[in-house]
Amino acid sequence: MFSPEINHSGNSLIQISNLSKSYSLQDANGKTITNQVLFNINLTINQGEFVAIMGHSGSGKSTLMNILGCLDIPTSGSYWLAGKNVATLSSNELARIRNQHIGFVFQGFNLLKRMSALDNVATPLLYAGISRTQSRRRALELLRRTGLENFAMHQPNQLSGGQQQRVAISRALINQPPLILADEPTGNLDSQTSNEIMLLFQQLNRDQGITIVLVTHEDDIAAYAGRLIRLKDGHIIVDKNNTN
Amino acid sequence: MNLLAIFGEALRALRQNRLRTGLTMLGMIIGVAAVVLMLSIGQGARTKINETIAAMGSNLFIVVPGATSSGGFSFGSGSVRTLTINDAYAIAELPSIKTTAPVVTGTAQLSYAAKNWSTIVTGTTANYFDVSNWKMEAGTTFTESEVRSAARVVVLGSVTAKNLLGDEDPIGKTIRITNRPFQVVGVLMAKGQSLTGRDQDDTVVIPITTSERQITGSQFPGSIRYMLVQGKSATEMDIAEIEIIQLLRQRHRIAQGKENDFTVRNLTAVADVATDAAKVMSIVLGAIASVSLLVGGIGIMNIMLVSVTERTREIGIRMAIGANQRAILTQFLLEAMMICIMGGLIGLLLGIGGAWLVSQFADMLIVITLGMVALAFLFASAVGIFFGFYPARKAASLKPVDALRYE
Repeated sequence: MFSPEINHSGNSLIQISNLSKSYSLQDANGKTITNQVLFNINLTINQGEFVAIMGHSGSGKSTLMNILGCLDIPTSGSYWLAGKNVATLSSNELARIRNQHIGFVFQGFNLLKRMSALDNVATPLLYAGISRTQSRRRALELLRRTGLENFAMHQPNQLSGGQQQRVAISRALINQPPLILADEPTGNLDSQTSNEIMLLFQQLNRDQGITIVLVTHEDDIAAYAGRLIRLKDGHIIVDKNNTN
Repeated sequence: MNLLAIFGEALRALRQNRLRTGLTMLGMIIGVAAVVLMLSIGQGARTKINETIAAMGSNLFIVVPGATSSGGFSFGSGSVRTLTINDAYAIAELPSIKTTAPVVTGTAQLSYAAKNWSTIVTGTTANYFDVSNWKMEAGTTFTESEVRSAARVVVLGSVTAKNLLGDEDPIGKTIRITNRPFQVVGVLMAKGQSLTGRDQDDTVVIPITTSERQITGSQFPGSIRYMLVQGKSATEMDIAEIEIIQLLRQRHRIAQGKENDFTVRNLTAVADVATDAAKVMSIVLGAIASVSLLVGGIGIMNIMLVSVTERTREIGIRMAIGANQRAILTQFLLEAMMICIMGGLIGLLLGIGGAWLVSQFADMLIVITLGMVALAFLFASAVGIFFGFYPARKAASLKPVDALRYE
């Protein structure tokens, strides 16, 4: 298991220093073009924080999010997650971290098609080695808490956007991760549903102490967070507490 | 990782796309059915040939009067009656020879009550039945003393018995051969067709002496149509052949350098050729069927590759929520294997059913062995693993970030 006692020493869940990320592409002539997306990012996020990362498209916020989520690896610099140096971990260990310690919420919901809401929520538990019966029991409990128990057997395409996102949030929560990464979670939702979802995040942050990192380009969504980080062209240009 | 759960996910994925799964499976079904059918036909042919060979008797030579020529005209083998009963008795005395059975043949009209039937009359000695490995269905063979006394006794082939006497018990009945009364002493067991396709059961067997004097009658007394010679052991067949040839040349006073007036054929060698031919046939049939299995396997790989591409985003989502490479690999491999194993099972049943149909309608012997079933099944699983592995590995080696971003 992940060792929580290391966290207690510094209380920092995420610690990034001098992190850079660049992509190499081949152009039409076969020449290699290097495209640097992140430049020497230094960032510390403590347990229990609610952080909004803002920036225009191309600012590098999604790349940063992917690195935070162990879906992508930095080109240079270090990323310590809960006291572990992510660069030293194998792909299996990264998969385990994504499974146990990170919950993902995406703009496009990313639910598995033609699978009931219940099974969608339960799937991470299957990869954790928990039996299907027990997984489903826990999934149903979570759906009940997000008010979707009556939709448990519905497939994603039978649910509204807000309902789908709440299923996705339930899925993110099922392994009780300390960190939730939400990449434009309200991007496909109307404003009223967006507010409901954001209130749900706030509640999870406040009541269960879950660290939430949220990527958005909307100011009113970012306003729900306690801390605001603004990226521009791969640099952090603003890092402040939200005061409203 | 929970293997049972991954199995469930694989099954769910296959069920989600029933038509595609079914069509992919069809390749496997046809392949396995073809392999089973071809193997069973090949095996049936071999079994049939082995049975025929066993029915022929073991360590057997057939000696026929040989080709001869007169004034530049060459007559076919058997055209001249150079072989005699006494030749047969002399050969029987050779050290490498167990026994001989001289045979004369002719066609005769048989009658019993109101029925009559024309068939081949075989005149021979009492040991003929033993040499040609011909068992009795009912009654007994005639005896050596009945041969000596030229008794009017007859042993019926099963087809002749049925045609002449119907369902009556033939033993002890008197039938007429060219109007002379013969007592039926026995009925032969059915033997089926010879390697050349002649119905061996449509015949009657009488003592050679009786036949010569009263039925087939030849202008060359003592001459025979052919003789069966049984060697003492399978390993000394070559020596036996040389001894037979030397003795006959000496008895027929054939000068050095002149050709034999008889031919010695080793029936075991003929049988070996037939067995080899059957073996080659089953290998060829199996190889052709294997090609269809291979094509089915390639079809599976093709579909799995399409499936991996199509489900790239799903793979990305699964990776994001904690599936490791092995879980993804296992799922896709299981999908391919399930197609193969289920297709294999259905193909197996179809193959067995097809073999049964062939045996019913084509009058062919079909043999299905457990080994064949196991082989087809093993082959199907191997195809699944072999052709499923590459697409599965391709799925597992996707980078999570790329897979998630895939549109």
